[in-house]
Amino acid sequence: MRTYMGIDVGSVSTDVVLIDDDNNVIASAYIRTAGQPIKAVQEGLRLISREKPPEAKVYAVGSTGSARELAAAIVGADVVKNEITAHAVASSTLVPGVQTIIEIGGQDSKIIILRNGVVSDFAMNTVCAAGTGSFLDQQAARLGIPINEFGKIALKSKNSVRIAGRCSVFAESDMIHKQQMGHKMEDLLAGLCEALVRNYLNNVGKGKQILPPVAFQGGVAANEGMKKALEKALGMEVIIPKDYCLMGAIGAAMLARKQERENGQTNFRGFDVTDINYQVTSFECTKCPNLCEIICISIGENDICRWGGRCERWQISGEK
Amino acid sequence: MKISFPRMGNSYIGFKHLCEGLGFEVVVPPSLTQKTITYGARYSPEFACMPFKVLTGTYVEVLEKGADVIISSGGIGPCRAGFYGVLHEKILKDIGYDFKFIVVDPPMANLKDFYNNVLFLKPRNLKWGSFLKKVRTAWKMLTALDGLDMLVAQRRAYELKKGDTQKAFETAVSYIDSAETYKEVVEAETEGRKLIERVPCDETRKPLRVGIVGEIYVVIEPFMNMDIERRLGEMGVITHRSIYVTTYVRHTIWDRKAEDYIKDAARPYLKQMVGGHGINSVGETVLYGKDNYDGVVQLAPFTCIPEIVARSILPKVSRDYDIPVLTLHIDEQTGETGVQTRLEAFLDLLREKQKVLGECS
Repeated sequence: MRTYMGIDVGSVSTDVVLIDDDNNVIASAYIRTAGQPIKAVQEGLRLISREKPPEAKVYAVGSTGSARELAAAIVGADVVKNEITAHAVASSTLVPGVQTIIEIGGQDSKIIILRNGVVSDFAMNTVCAAGTGSFLDQQAARLGIPINEFGKIALKSKNSVRIAGRCSVFAESDMIHKQQMGHKMEDLLAGLCEALVRNYLNNVGKGKQILPPVAFQGGVAANEGMKKALEKALGMEVIIPKDYCLMGAIGAAMLARKQERENGQTNFRGFDVTDINYQVTSFECTKCPNLCEIICISIGENDICRWGGRCERWQISGEK
Repeated sequence: MKISFPRMGNSYIGFKHLCEGLGFEVVVPPSLTQKTITYGARYSPEFACMPFKVLTGTYVEVLEKGADVIISSGGIGPCRAGFYGVLHEKILKDIGYDFKFIVVDPPMANLKDFYNNVLFLKPRNLKWGSFLKKVRTAWKMLTALDGLDMLVAQRRAYELKKGDTQKAFETAVSYIDSAETYKEVVEAETEGRKLIERVPCDETRKPLRVGIVGEIYVVIEPFMNMDIERRLGEMGVITHRSIYVTTYVRHTIWDRKAEDYIKDAARPYLKQMVGGHGINSVGETVLYGKDNYDGVVQLAPFTCIPEIVARSILPKVSRDYDIPVLTLHIDEQTGETGVQTRLEAFLDLLREKQKVLGECS
């Protein structure tokens, strides 16, 4: 069986999928990146090689996410693509006619506008936590609620509390205030979802024309409370694709498949990379006052790639 | 007396030659680095814009190197940059530096001030004729440097080996730097252009064309915009911008009608002067739309009001002219990865659009 691997290394989670020629997900793995992207990628590959049927052979690999270059260097990827394009490719294939993609992940959120199947506009929020999953995560932990229960509890609310959502720091103090006033837990959680949605639409979604069908994906789409809050704010139905939290990886796999069909070869190093001991070292280059932080990835004595410099001094191409 | 001035692209070469030619010792402003930003952020108000912080940092660096006169440009209109000279002087004197600060405002703001500033620069024993000749040579240098900049922005997208055009460009700039007389500058420019045009290229490519608009300092200084023109060029894109040091000087001092066509283009969306290059960002985007450019990148310093005004208008221009616009807000926290990701995604968008249009026609 011909399969294609997609790897999405984000700040919070690392997703690896294998898809076949008909976009079926053959195997998938979801790992917390936990600040160690190399380990996460290796662990992902290990899980995939265990889960996949023996006849499934990898014909091409694509990587995406904020550590896409790193993942590509380790695994030997054929396509390295930014996460916006990867998400758009996956959604436009799996959600027919999609015109708006709302993606809320652990530490970033995006909006992608498509018209006639082509991306026509996008926006991305990376520095502010107020519109992302980490904030929900953190508040759930503070309230002692498992994150997977969050949505179910929020759905019970009949009267959500209005919470200031502009900034996660203000939101937290406002929430504490409301909680001390005696509001019910479900109303607080529903209010938090609405605050997050409001912030997302006012910030990332500003000036964008949101037309249906709307796809909602990324880790936060698991939260039913968020889906409800989005539908309420937009006044339209929101579709959550089956593999909502793997969409980036699926998109990367689709792009790898496209590439393979064009040139019929792969750089994939094989599943053995899980056993290689990659070392990462870094140093500050002092050749000029820019003081670039150079990162080296090496196997034993050999540096396989370096990056981080503003000039070409330390560059070796990530390919081999 | 040691003179220094802010750094803005390669223009320091022209200003250096002018000041040296007039008999001053010059402290060349060092290329902008993390060190500049560190100084700048330490001594500037937190909500000042990035250009302000970088200038503060540059001034500290040149004062540390012994400069005792700093020449900077002022401005008129509602952008707070017009006030920056005064504020910089106050901050730097508070830190404890002793120096003379000269803010050159456009002559129409205050003709007498302008004249006095010129008198300060002109040595008394130098005849007006020779003074003007030196100014003319420096001006030629500046236009030659801008010309090379425009040329490489056109050529990078065609190069066979990534980075070759940039290398040729840097050599060409060094030719101009080593010229002395007007004639030598002209020759250096010709040689430099030849060098860039000789870089092995694939002329059959059909590169995307992207217009760059935004606030002048972040548009001109590559360090501020993470070398966006080179970045895009080496990703196979032709870039175009209408703001250059020499066009800015020409358009504020003697050729003041030159930008009317940009303002006319902006008029259906914005009639009011909003300071800085706000109205230009709108007008230029309209013009790029009319010229069938593939896209526009707006560069805005974080908290820059004129560009915020423009930014809120651009979605409408973008819809009306069917031209995608990407806005990048720039401040000292801007990460390179974030910029790269957005640019890659933007180019994917433009290429897909180009393909679809190609299939339709």
